[in-house]
Amino acid sequence: MISERLMGILADSFWNILIPGLTMTIPLTIISFAIAMVIAIITALVQFAGIKVLKEIARFYVWVVRGTPLLVQLFVVFYGLPNIGILIDPFPAAVIVFSINEGAYSAETIRAALEAVPRGQLEAGECVGMTYLQIIRRIVLPQALRIAFPPLSNSLIAMVKDTSLAANITVTEMFMATQRIVARTYEPLALYIEVGLIYLLFCTVLTRLQRIGERRLGAYGG
Amino acid sequence: MAGELLSVKGLSKSFGEGKILDGIDLSVAKGDVIAILGPSGAGKTTMLRCISFLERADAGDMVFDGVDYDLGGASRKEILEFRRKTGFVFQNFNLFRNRTALGNITEGLITARKMPKADAEEKGMELLRKVGLEDKHGSYPSELSGGQQQRVAIARAMASDPLMIFFDEPTSALDPELTGEVLSVMRQLAEDGMTMLVVTHELGFAKNVSDRVIFMENGSIVEDAPSGKFFSNPEQKRTREFLATFIER
Repeated sequence: MISERLMGILADSFWNILIPGLTMTIPLTIISFAIAMVIAIITALVQFAGIKVLKEIARFYVWVVRGTPLLVQLFVVFYGLPNIGILIDPFPAAVIVFSINEGAYSAETIRAALEAVPRGQLEAGECVGMTYLQIIRRIVLPQALRIAFPPLSNSLIAMVKDTSLAANITVTEMFMATQRIVARTYEPLALYIEVGLIYLLFCTVLTRLQRIGERRLGAYGG
Repeated sequence: MAGELLSVKGLSKSFGEGKILDGIDLSVAKGDVIAILGPSGAGKTTMLRCISFLERADAGDMVFDGVDYDLGGASRKEILEFRRKTGFVFQNFNLFRNRTALGNITEGLITARKMPKADAEEKGMELLRKVGLEDKHGSYPSELSGGQQQRVAIARAMASDPLMIFFDEPTSALDPELTGEVLSVMRQLAEDGMTMLVVTHELGFAKNVSDRVIFMENGSIVEDAPSGKFFSNPEQKRTREFLATFIER
C-alpha cells in the first residue's frame, strides 16, 4: 500500500519537520504564551479592581483583538507596518502578534476566574489588616489562577496549533517546513497527515502536563 | 463612660429604597460581651459590617480606642488602622482557601504586621492550641469541618491581639452538633476578658455568656439591657413578644 519511496520520504521528512517544531514552533509558543500571561493578568486585574481609564483601555484592547482575525493581525504587523517604516523580523513579529492575541483571550479567562473567587476571601483579608494589593497578590490571584488553569491549558494547546499561521509571514516553523517538502516530493496527503500527527504528539505531551499540573494544584482541595 | 472602647452615633444605611439602619447609637465598654438579637432583616449584620467598614454607611460617627472615624467616609488609611486593632469572625468562616489552618492565622501577622515568619508561626501554634486544633495546623480549610474552620477563624481574629472582636452569626452556618465547640471557644474568650460584639441567634449564649443584650428590629435598637434583666424583665413589649416566640418553640 505505502510504497518504499513514500516510506523513505516520510522517514526523512520526520526529522526535517520535527526539528523546526523544536526550534521554532515550541519556542514561539512558549515565549508568546509567557508574555500573553503577563498581559492577561494585568488586563484582567485592572478591570477587576476597576481602575479608571486603565479599565477602559483594557476593554478596548480586548474588544479590538478578539474582533479581528489572527491572520489579519499577523499581516498588519509583518507586511503592513513596514509601510510606516517599522520593519520587524518574522519570528519577533510572530511573537508580538501571538502574545497580544492570546493576552486578550486569556485576560477574559483570568477575569472570570478572579470574579469566581468568593468575595468573602477579600473581606477576610481586609479584616486581618492586609492592603488591597496584598490580598490580590497573596489570596485572590493564586486562587483565581488555580481556577483558570484548565481553560488556560486549553488556550496553550490551541496556540501550539495556531503557530502554523506564522508560516504566512515566512517563519519556518513545522507547517512551512512541511509545505517545502511537499513542493519537492508531491506527497501532500502523507506529509500533511504526518505534520498533523506531530502536532498531535506535542499536544498530547501538553495534555499530560496539564493533568500533572492540576493534580499539584489540587493539593488544597475544593 | 469610663473604659469606653467603642461608641457609635447616628449610624444609618439604606440599600436602594429600604432603610436598613435608622440612626443607631451604641456604646461598648472594655471587656463587654454584647449579644445582638433580633429577627432576620432587623439590620444586625449590616450594623456590624458598617462598624467594621465592610459596608459603607450613609452616615454615622464612631469613636474607637480614642480615635474618631466617619463611618460614611473614612479614608483607606484610617480603615486599615481600625482593622489592625480589631478582629472579625464571619458567618461563613471565610478562611483563606489557599492557606493551611496555621497559614490562615499567620498570613495577617506576616503581611500586615511584618512579623518574622518564625514568630508568627509560634504565635499561630499557640492560638491553635487555645482553640484545640494544634494537630490540624497543616490542614487546608477544605479538610476541616465547619466547626473546626470557625475555630481557626476565631484564632485568626485573635492573632493580632485585637482590642475587640466582631462576630457575625458565628454558628449560623454550622450543623447543630457543631455549634457547641465554637460557642465554648467564644465563652473562653469572654472569660479571658475580650471585648466582643456578637450577632447571634443563640439565646443560650446571650443568656449565659454575654453580659449585655441588644435587641434590634427594623433598623433600630429596641432594647439594650444587662442580660439578666433582658431575659427576666425586659422593658419593651416587642422584646417580650420576641422572647415568647422562642419559648413557644
